[in-house]
Amino acid sequence: MKLANPKSFHNGQAVAIFDVASVAPRALRDLVVNSCSHGGRLCGLFTLPGRPGTLDLVALIAHDSEGRLSMLKAGVAQGGRYPSLTAELPSAHALERAIWESDGLQPDGHPWLKPLRRHPALEPAGAAETGDPVGRNQGAGAAGGRDHPFFRMDGPGVHEVAVGPVHAGIIEPGHFRFQCSGETVHHLEIHLGYQHRGAEALLRDSSPARRLAVAETLAGDTSIGHGIACCRAMESLAGIEVPEQALWLRAVALELERLANHVGDLGALCNDVGYLPGASWFGRLRGEFLNAQMEICGSRFGRGLLVFGGVRFGVSPELRHDLLGRLAIARRDLDDVASVTFESPSVLGRFEHSGIVSRQAAEDIGMVGPAARASGCTRDVRCDHPLGAFVDWGLSSAVETAGDVLARARVRWVEVKRSLEFVLARLAALPDGPLVVPMPQPRPGAVVGVLVEGWRGEICHVVATGDDGQIVAYRVFDPSLHNWFGLTLAMRGTPISDFPLCNKSFNLSYAGHDL
Amino acid sequence: MNLIRARFRQGMRTMAWPDGPASLPSRFRGRPVLDQSRCIDGCRACADACPTGAVHGAPLRMDLGACLFCPACAEACPTGAIQFSSDFRLAASARQDLQLSGEAPASTDADAETRRLAVALPAATRRLFGRSLKLRQVSAGGCNGCEADLNVTGIVVFDLGRFGVQFVASPRHADGIVVTGPVTANMEQALRDTWEAVPSPRLLIAVGACALSGGPFIGSAPCGAGVPSDLHVDLFVPGCPPHPLTFLDGILRMLGRL
Repeated sequence: MKLANPKSFHNGQAVAIFDVASVAPRALRDLVVNSCSHGGRLCGLFTLPGRPGTLDLVALIAHDSEGRLSMLKAGVAQGGRYPSLTAELPSAHALERAIWESDGLQPDGHPWLKPLRRHPALEPAGAAETGDPVGRNQGAGAAGGRDHPFFRMDGPGVHEVAVGPVHAGIIEPGHFRFQCSGETVHHLEIHLGYQHRGAEALLRDSSPARRLAVAETLAGDTSIGHGIACCRAMESLAGIEVPEQALWLRAVALELERLANHVGDLGALCNDVGYLPGASWFGRLRGEFLNAQMEICGSRFGRGLLVFGGVRFGVSPELRHDLLGRLAIARRDLDDVASVTFESPSVLGRFEHSGIVSRQAAEDIGMVGPAARASGCTRDVRCDHPLGAFVDWGLSSAVETAGDVLARARVRWVEVKRSLEFVLARLAALPDGPLVVPMPQPRPGAVVGVLVEGWRGEICHVVATGDDGQIVAYRVFDPSLHNWFGLTLAMRGTPISDFPLCNKSFNLSYAGHDL
Repeated sequence: MNLIRARFRQGMRTMAWPDGPASLPSRFRGRPVLDQSRCIDGCRACADACPTGAVHGAPLRMDLGACLFCPACAEACPTGAIQFSSDFRLAASARQDLQLSGEAPASTDADAETRRLAVALPAATRRLFGRSLKLRQVSAGGCNGCEADLNVTGIVVFDLGRFGVQFVASPRHADGIVVTGPVTANMEQALRDTWEAVPSPRLLIAVGACALSGGPFIGSAPCGAGVPSDLHVDLFVPGCPPHPLTFLDGILRMLGRL
């Protein structure tokens, strides 16, 4: 089936809303499914305000091999129905659930339609930004909170294990419901939404200063990743180019964030298999990268570094010299720890063959980031859709094929080494020039989609302006939204005692998912 | 052999603080110092720049509980009336102690400054918890910034355990809870259930701008404004997120050990 090619553009390029091809809802489904069976990838599915009485259902698709993005829209009456994409395109499942519960559009034929973030039985009336289709209008109030319709298995010896929302460690809240026989997990349902803070509405309605503060706390361990996506989206709508030095410092900060989190994850994985030298040393080394971030901008998480139009802080020659020296020592120490960790039979024995996600499954559910690369998918925004200082890096994505905990650990380690080389090289050759340029008002009637490779994977922000230049929609797709179902698949047939290890090997964000 | 070499190279990493100095970089933003005598009449530049409404001009005031420690106000001020010092000691026992005024700059009055820091618990409570305090953490809409920097207090560098303080896996084993996040509607019940599961006497510690005021999420419909007002908070730890030292300093002061 040959279908019209939707208009394409590059990552972070603002386009006029009327340039986005408009089709019928059924054609939108067919075109998106077709595109995704020919190398396309669904980054986001969301609504924008449409003609009076309608919402535009919009799909953002990445064509990784071409380095292009495309968008398609279809008008749907408010409170109306459209043919669901999920049956043919499982990567749409969470996206359609989000649209159903917050925008009130009914995806006909969705095989797994239930709340994603809302707990209507617990939320106060009026908590939803646009109506409350799940709670009141459709009589599905019992679907929320404690009465969430969990998938259940029956049969001799089958039992259910419920964990959360409050967990045993210092972790964000979420509920895990396991269907087991004996030790073996047959199905894990992950029910989130406890962290729902109404972030998308705040991003849409807030002052610029608060917008960036909210972006930095969408997923607090990814302040730079989400912050850059927010900055790029607003800068693109305003039609400005950020100075080169600022782009370089943003890239350095993004890679420092990746280094801190990947190194921390390696330590946490060691901890979960009882390998205490790795846990202590990686844990300490994570701090070196947080401290480097703090040297540059005063915050261990990079908060306050980014401003619309550039960055707030430069790096003096003395600071650069100091950072280069400290990071070189950290590299030596990391090499030591990684070599003993990845040679340890007790570590390898626990990591190997644990929590496998096949490449096909990863493709089907649209996984992103290191977890996808550990299952053989090459996708990496820094390679496929590079922006700013990543354009001439020439990075090749770190790919493993086994799809197990070991693969997810190894991908992280390869990325640690490459990111550290990148940071050292960029810091050593930092360009001169201004750090920030003034930020004009956003142009009216435009929409922009920005992809940033955060440490967990692809962060996607979509921002649209109305005829008066006001922000009318702000949509966020954290990598966790795509990857949580990967953890479900990794647990199938796995002993329940391996859950902490598998969970840590994904280390997904609850806040980023719940928004 | 490699393991031994690595062990030797990794060395001893626990910081000298509290017996020795704590080193923080010059750009670290700790306690702000306000000086209203520098304000220009009618100027609201700081208040307009603040993302959370933590700063008020005329008279110059700042709510540390809502402050994200971004430098926006200091940057916007044309006269340097707001400056962030590198003092990481910020935790307080009473919420009003986090209301800073520009009328009497704290830096010029060492006593006033000390009074604003957390005070020790009553002697009877300290006898119970002073040398062994077990805490349960509840994230109620926290973004994982505060959570990550609470977790890090357990690593070898900060080594929370050396003070007899430990995060435990069950509220039944805990002497108190540490709350982060603005307390979302979807987490409020779970937070209350966890609190009720902690045997008395018990402590409640609120960590981070979100738990103290709602932080960046102040006024958002599915959120509260931090720890519900009917729960008594024993220690307020400001920051976004608070530096691990800010948390440790608050805990040790509360236990009367600093």
